[in-house]
Amino acid sequence: MTRMHITTCLNGEEIDFLCEPHQSLLHVLRDELKLTGTKEGCGTGDCGACSVILDGRLVNSCLTLAAEVQGRSVETVEGVAGPVSQAGTVGLHPIQQKLLEHAALQCGVCTPGIVMAVKALLDREPDPSEREVRYWLAGNLCRCTGYDKIVRAVLDAAAELRNLPEERQPA
Amino acid sequence: MGEEDGERKFRFVGTRPIRHDGVDKVTGRAQFGADYSLPGMLWGRVLRSPHAHARIVRIDTRAAMAIPGVKAAATSADLPEIEPGPGPANLAHLSRNVLAREKVLYHGHAVAAIAATSEAVAERALLAIEVEYEPLPVVLDLDDAMAPGAAILHEDLKTRGGKDAGPTNVAAITEYDRGDVDAGLAEADVTVRRSYRTQTVHQGYIEPHAALAQTGVDGQSVLWCCTQGAFTVRAYCAALLGLDVSQLKVIPTEIGGGFGGKTTVYQEPLAILLARKAGRPVKMVMNREEVFRATGPGAATHTEIELGARQDGTITAARVRMCFEAGGFPGSPAGAAAMTVLAPYEIPNYAIESLDVVCNKPRTAAYRGPGAPQAAFAIESALDELAEKLSIDPIDLRLRCAAKQGTRTPYGPTFKRIGLIETLEAARDSSHYKAPLGPDQGRGIAVGFWFNAGLNSSAEVHLNEDGTAIVATGNPDLSGSRASLAIMAAEELGIEVHRVRPVVADTDSVGFTDLSGGSRVTFATGQAVIDACRQVVRELRQRAAKIWDCDPDQVDFVDGRCVPAKGSGLSEEPLALAEVARQAGRTGGPINGQAQLTARGAGPSFATHLCDVEVDPETGRIEVLRYTAVQDAGRAIHPGYVEGQMQGGAAQGMGWALNEELVFDTQGVLQNPGFLDYRMPVASDLPMIETVVVEVPNPNHPYGVRGVGETPIVPPLAAVANAVRRAAGVCITRLPISPPRLLAALHDESGGDS
Repeated sequence: MTRMHITTCLNGEEIDFLCEPHQSLLHVLRDELKLTGTKEGCGTGDCGACSVILDGRLVNSCLTLAAEVQGRSVETVEGVAGPVSQAGTVGLHPIQQKLLEHAALQCGVCTPGIVMAVKALLDREPDPSEREVRYWLAGNLCRCTGYDKIVRAVLDAAAELRNLPEERQPA
Repeated sequence: MGEEDGERKFRFVGTRPIRHDGVDKVTGRAQFGADYSLPGMLWGRVLRSPHAHARIVRIDTRAAMAIPGVKAAATSADLPEIEPGPGPANLAHLSRNVLAREKVLYHGHAVAAIAATSEAVAERALLAIEVEYEPLPVVLDLDDAMAPGAAILHEDLKTRGGKDAGPTNVAAITEYDRGDVDAGLAEADVTVRRSYRTQTVHQGYIEPHAALAQTGVDGQSVLWCCTQGAFTVRAYCAALLGLDVSQLKVIPTEIGGGFGGKTTVYQEPLAILLARKAGRPVKMVMNREEVFRATGPGAATHTEIELGARQDGTITAARVRMCFEAGGFPGSPAGAAAMTVLAPYEIPNYAIESLDVVCNKPRTAAYRGPGAPQAAFAIESALDELAEKLSIDPIDLRLRCAAKQGTRTPYGPTFKRIGLIETLEAARDSSHYKAPLGPDQGRGIAVGFWFNAGLNSSAEVHLNEDGTAIVATGNPDLSGSRASLAIMAAEELGIEVHRVRPVVADTDSVGFTDLSGGSRVTFATGQAVIDACRQVVRELRQRAAKIWDCDPDQVDFVDGRCVPAKGSGLSEEPLALAEVARQAGRTGGPINGQAQLTARGAGPSFATHLCDVEVDPETGRIEVLRYTAVQDAGRAIHPGYVEGQMQGGAAQGMGWALNEELVFDTQGVLQNPGFLDYRMPVASDLPMIETVVVEVPNPNHPYGVRGVGETPIVPPLAAVANAVRRAAGVCITRLPISPPRLLAALHDESGGDS
């Protein structure tokens, strides 16, 4: 089978890769590009562990063909945090920081998908209600936490982001 | 308490530091089972049975092997024959579950495996494997399995603890009794007699099983896999493949949930076998459908209960008969259910009988507090009905017969200090319990009990030259155990929690450690960590004595510093741990501690849960409005992760109560092998889950720790069912309480019992 040559913007960087026409974005991310932060929980779009942001929109990368990202922009969990600063502080996004502070992960396998889903939510709705958070996250299964601490962390992260001055807002 | 003063002031225990593995987990750097790869790696896939019950006449892999890119095939002929023997970890059964030998016993049962250069080639090769089956009658469930003339799954099966010589599908009977049940029931003013059923459920971990194996030409193998117990995997793989344990190193990856379902092996031995045959690394990752069809369900059950009480609420007698579906091989938690079902209560007369029954469904695996949720669903529902008949508050009724220190358990031992009464009182005194309810709303309460396990643990503490420390243990971290172990080490060493680096070590790098299960890690491995730290402290005092040229008895260790002991007459300036560590090379060499133990006296953990629901009488839809989990943690080391366990268990239990059910057709074929149709709770299904952590210290742990992981899933089934019963006015005897089932019950009182 002829492999397709795809050029895309991945976490802010222009890259290219070869893929089979039927290959999912998830498999290319994980197996070809070795970005294993995006997880496969089901492969059928039911669990959200493979959530990535495609042109600003939250998608299941297991249901997205790799070829579809030609000329588009893909954000994965690997692109959310900044580098470690010279002072040694980790450049976590407030969403990541709040998930940690609230002990909002246990096994952590759903966490990358949750981070991406929450980022997509807060990018469009900076002040969500608890109900909005719960419905937005209804596509991201977590079997460990019962969601309580995740929802609290999201509300807290939203408040923090709203209060950050313009120049300190994450990219 | 053991050696500590109950009023000990803690510096780090009870605080909420950010977990050490947290940054890796929120940034995607943490490596889970499927995240490992090796150069030259092959992909392994498994051929699964299309029949729920059949004899295997012939397997021929030659055509599959002829496909370009196929490098190895495996069938049960490649595994050494293991004779059936006794015990829960029956290796003959485990071997036959890993690859079917004489028969397939459930739809999806592994029959053969292929390793090829890609998953696609491996999948194509599976289709080329020829298997000839002789189909047999399908034994669908408990009723089928125990019917006269039922087809027999295992010709050699006899009932352990039973009188029949077999062959039978009843693998074991567990019985406990005391007093005279008939006389007790005759004394009763009020009785409740009910029959309860729960369906097959799945642990539902989000990460599918994954394994990567590499074998050298010297026969040494390395296996990366997501497991609750690397040493357990090593033992099982070595036994099933006929290897010495030392020929296999198991590296536990991060694990994306287990809940008991990753305490056994499926494709791990196959990956090693295929890697040996192919001479190349082999990676095997299940897809979600395989996880549902061939791993871990929690057992379906049928329980009959008869309870009697006097008008004043004194329970006079209980008769309990439980049947557990084991799936294709014996080993359901019927025995544990028998032990737990009446454990929270003092009842003078009882008879408990519990049966382990095989049928043509996947072999059940442990599921969080194995057997206890199903047992609690039955007894707590019956108790609630009894309370209503007696017009006694359901918490008061339970308080009247609640087990306490000195109560003898049905399974033998007498409880030491336990916190059941404290959890009931905290629930009764909560704002939740006093809040008013609206129309179509109801409040349920239920109690849960789990033994908690001790078992074997090892720990190593290495003091680094700058005064930081490494704490290496053998327990995969499912839910923040690195943090709890590091907190305990920090407490002993008197250094900041983040100066302790907790490490999950592989099987070559730390002493034998039983799996992360039984709510044992913080309790048992935590004790090993404390012991190893205390060795380090003893060594620090000796080194300080050397530096000060005095006797070690003249040195105390306080808050991370060696100080002159009171009355020692020394006037030296305190020596910080880091300073002693820096000088270690000049005072006797590296400072390490190493401990191993069989932890005894895991304190049981009790919980009381409150649940408010609203029922829509038109649609049968049930909404959980409010939920409170109260639990005795003994001592909460990291309260955030204790609460997390309570909330997670409650959510999992709510799913079990309301939605979750593996649905099999008449041929034993699973109809809902995906998350869309196996409906686990999502964020919009649930309210916030309030938690009340009660701390009644476990006298057998230096800090008072009780395991907390499993108890939270025990009460919710009944808490939800009792809430629905009170809201809808119909008895709930069958889970899940799906809308159609509730509607049927509303339209016909017997519907719920159908």
